Amino acid sequence: MSPDKLAYMANQIGKFFLSQKSEDGVASVADHLKKFWDPRMRRDLVAHIDQVALDPMVRQAVERLR
Amino acid sequence: MTLIKEIDYGTKAESATRLVTLLVDGHEVTVPEGTSIMRASMEAGIKIPKLCATDTLNSFGSCRMCLVEIEGRNGTPASCTTPVAPGMKVHTSSDKVRQIRRGVMELYISDHPLDCLTCSANGNCELQDTAGEVGLRDVRYGQLGANHLDAPTDASNPYFDFDASKCIVCSRCVRACEEVQGTFALTVEGRGFASKIAAGMNEPFLTSECVSCGACVQACPTATLMEKSVVELGQPEHSVVTTCAYCGVGCSFKAEMRGDTVVRMVPWKDGKANHGHSCVKGRFAWGYASHPDRILEPMIREKITDPWRKVSWDEAIARVASEFKRIQAKAGQDSIGVITSSRCTNEETFLVQKLARAAFGNNNTDTCARVCHSPTGYGLGKTFGTSAGTQNFDSVQHADVIVVIGANPTDGHPVFASRMKQRLREGAKLIVIDPRRIDLVRSPHIEASYHLPLRPGTNVAVMTALAHVIVTENLIDDDFVRERCELDAFSDWAAFVAEPRNSPEALEATTGVPAALVRGAARLYATAGNGAIYYGLGVTEHSQGSTTVMAIANLAMATGNIGRPGVGVNPLRGQNNVQGSCDMGSFPHELPGYRHVSGEGVRAIFEKEWGVTINPEPGLRIPNMFDAAIDGSFLGLYVQGEDILQSDPDTHHVSKGLAAMECVVVHDLFLNETANYAHVFLPGSTFLEKDGTFTNAERRINMVRRVMAPKAGKADWETTMAIANAMGYPMHYNHPREIMAEIARTTPSFAGVTYDRLARESIQWPCNDAAPDGSPIMHVDGFVRGMGHFVITEYVATDEKVGPRFPLLLTTGRILSQYNVGAQTRRTAIVAWHPEDVLEIHPHDAQERGIREGDWVRLASRAGDTTLRAVLTERVAPGVVYTTFHHPVTQANVITTEYSDWATNCPEYKVTAVQVSPSNGLSPWQEQYQALSDTNRRIEAVPAK
Repeated sequence: MSPDKLAYMANQIGKFFLSQKSEDGVASVADHLKKFWDPRMRRDLVAHIDQVALDPMVRQAVERLR
Repeated sequence: MTLIKEIDYGTKAESATRLVTLLVDGHEVTVPEGTSIMRASMEAGIKIPKLCATDTLNSFGSCRMCLVEIEGRNGTPASCTTPVAPGMKVHTSSDKVRQIRRGVMELYISDHPLDCLTCSANGNCELQDTAGEVGLRDVRYGQLGANHLDAPTDASNPYFDFDASKCIVCSRCVRACEEVQGTFALTVEGRGFASKIAAGMNEPFLTSECVSCGACVQACPTATLMEKSVVELGQPEHSVVTTCAYCGVGCSFKAEMRGDTVVRMVPWKDGKANHGHSCVKGRFAWGYASHPDRILEPMIREKITDPWRKVSWDEAIARVASEFKRIQAKAGQDSIGVITSSRCTNEETFLVQKLARAAFGNNNTDTCARVCHSPTGYGLGKTFGTSAGTQNFDSVQHADVIVVIGANPTDGHPVFASRMKQRLREGAKLIVIDPRRIDLVRSPHIEASYHLPLRPGTNVAVMTALAHVIVTENLIDDDFVRERCELDAFSDWAAFVAEPRNSPEALEATTGVPAALVRGAARLYATAGNGAIYYGLGVTEHSQGSTTVMAIANLAMATGNIGRPGVGVNPLRGQNNVQGSCDMGSFPHELPGYRHVSGEGVRAIFEKEWGVTINPEPGLRIPNMFDAAIDGSFLGLYVQGEDILQSDPDTHHVSKGLAAMECVVVHDLFLNETANYAHVFLPGSTFLEKDGTFTNAERRINMVRRVMAPKAGKADWETTMAIANAMGYPMHYNHPREIMAEIARTTPSFAGVTYDRLARESIQWPCNDAAPDGSPIMHVDGFVRGMGHFVITEYVATDEKVGPRFPLLLTTGRILSQYNVGAQTRRTAIVAWHPEDVLEIHPHDAQERGIREGDWVRLASRAGDTTLRAVLTERVAPGVVYTTFHHPVTQANVITTEYSDWATNCPEYKVTAVQVSPSNGLSPWQEQYQALSDTNRRIEAVPAK
């Protein structure tokens, strides 16, 4: 799947969790990706992590999916 | 089988707790205080003759047919308007009242055609019955005097006639239009002998403001207002109670039949969702079931450009199985999937997701709720603990202030809108938050206290601004929050919304809503008593759809508006079984009952029941399926009862995804737009042709009952079962009741649901040991998740922005007389009201572009363009345009984009940057698509034997 599109969607998720004061943003983003994304989407994003523009917190979350 | 005739008690039931005992013709009867003598008498089994009275309307007292004598009182009062009194002795059949009734009836009949044998109401005419009841034997006045016998018939409405010659001016139709429907389209014009019923300003019914709900037809005691279908087919001889297959209100209807032909659909008075009311679609627009466009034989083809070839069911099912197996062998277990339908029954939906999970071995199941209410699932799940509206529909009768956000109930949920309007006419206040000036903002006897015409895409900002006022002006329900909610999360939320940047004044430039309106609306909602929120797809279909749902939940919790009648958070579900399809585990991450697939315990329940291992990973959502298809990892799809090409956003992307698949199986009534890209077509069955259940927006599980055999030979659940068996996974059910039993065994919120119970009455889930009678209202003593959870709702502007190329914002929706992609409604006479999709544009924007009323215009976004006709209206604000998506010729979703809700991928239908310019006809794309459609719909001629 388009890595840029996946990155865009992941950053959207990140923007929400960034504002949640009581939550661990990185863990929450990673958890959301695990709960709602088909594994091939996660794999594709992980595979292209160095080629796409990810917000810092989201990048950390995606790193956890490796 | 018999014709179900509900008892007409003549006047409405009273709810007083104090009881009154009286004697009617010597029979003792006890009724609530305030009950009419007419009703009390009927409850004692004594029917008093009547014409202007019926128990769905307020007492009127005009026909003088129901007169009675009361010991100790003078005169002969009308029993419909006289309340009972303790010890009252009533005589309903004295010589005196019999003489009066007969005399009055003579007058009626002296101006009524004596054509009973050829009259369409013969056998079901209250006037005829009443004449019999009063013993009419002679009409002394004859019919030679002045009369209305030559009064013309208005046949303009496609579904019913108005034969003025048969009218007795009892006003039941006028009162039904006012009291039940709330449209006020009918009136009594003229006085005395010249009195006559008129629609609108004495216009034909079709062109008046009549919405054709049928309430007047139902109320009419003669053949004056009569369904054309009865005129054509005659009176029905038996009836079956079933559930409408249109919107999420889930109205109960009597399908009145002659043999296996539907004569008419009549709303069932005992239906808990609709209480005997209906809208034009459910009441009249069922003709699609027998439309010649229906495909009644399975068809297959090698390539989508080949003509279809009719085959046997066995051959078609074998093709599906062999293709799906071939694709899985080639591209892996996860390369195929299903889309369940919100138009099909719970049992059918359950089987389709089971097909994916048990027979395909993956979780690639999704449903059309993905593109409508999936953010409701996420948002209410996070805050309250489950994806469900909190109230029953009757709750609105107790609301003091009603907030309608991103919904247009008079068009989308008309029967519930009528209930809502009844409450508003009783004095409840109304707040409308919508970019358009929907009908509820101002219509006869209804006026919103506040209309917040926000800029599309700014819902979260408006909701947070409302919360800012409630928090900073100390309008919080402290007791509720302290007892029912997580206090740390509440504190974080309260601090967030109280920030000055979230004030109505600070956000005014973003939302376009004057701060004073926001402040006024917030104060009203928080202080008016019972505050009830109703919302629709104008909330969910945004890039922050889930966030808005959580913002709504926050507001309800903060003001203590949860857990009792008259309050709550109520998603108005679009299609008839959106709630049910979500409940049944249609989503790729959830098993039935909203339980995540990663839960070992939950999987174990289904693994034991189904004898398979269930994949613990979520599958693909619908938009992801198209992406994966283009990417080459998803190649086979079984779509039941949905037209994803027309209904899903960014049509070019959808068609590219479908074209990339190797086997698309469309299971539908018609060759819909998606079928243009299909390799197998399996004919579907209508709601009239199968048994099952639908679950409406108030979580009410209603029976759907078969009234005729499936025209194509199989009910949809049987077709899914055949596919599973051909795939090598055994499914053997003899009846949908066995499927419901499996649902109840595996899903706690349905544990107490059985067909035996449903046959007696509808049930609102949860229904289990904790709630044996079901749950009309949720979260009464505590939230499903325990404590209510406040969520911070930071506004994030959509990336879909206006600019020089696309300076206007398009928002899309639907209209009363059409349903979803129009596959059903477009194949009925209802098209008389909405023959094409049009573009609403503000006169200022139109003038700037040189566009006049009715002009063809080109509507373009970065995703695509189409053409349609313009309607100039101030219902939309300058800068905003609006259209519907009911017609494939227009394909409004060519315009919408791939942007979607951050949490659920629900498409952002409601915000698309567009340009509008004059045009002179169909766009090149429309012409290309028409050509493709013509090619891909060809059906191979069958050689003569």
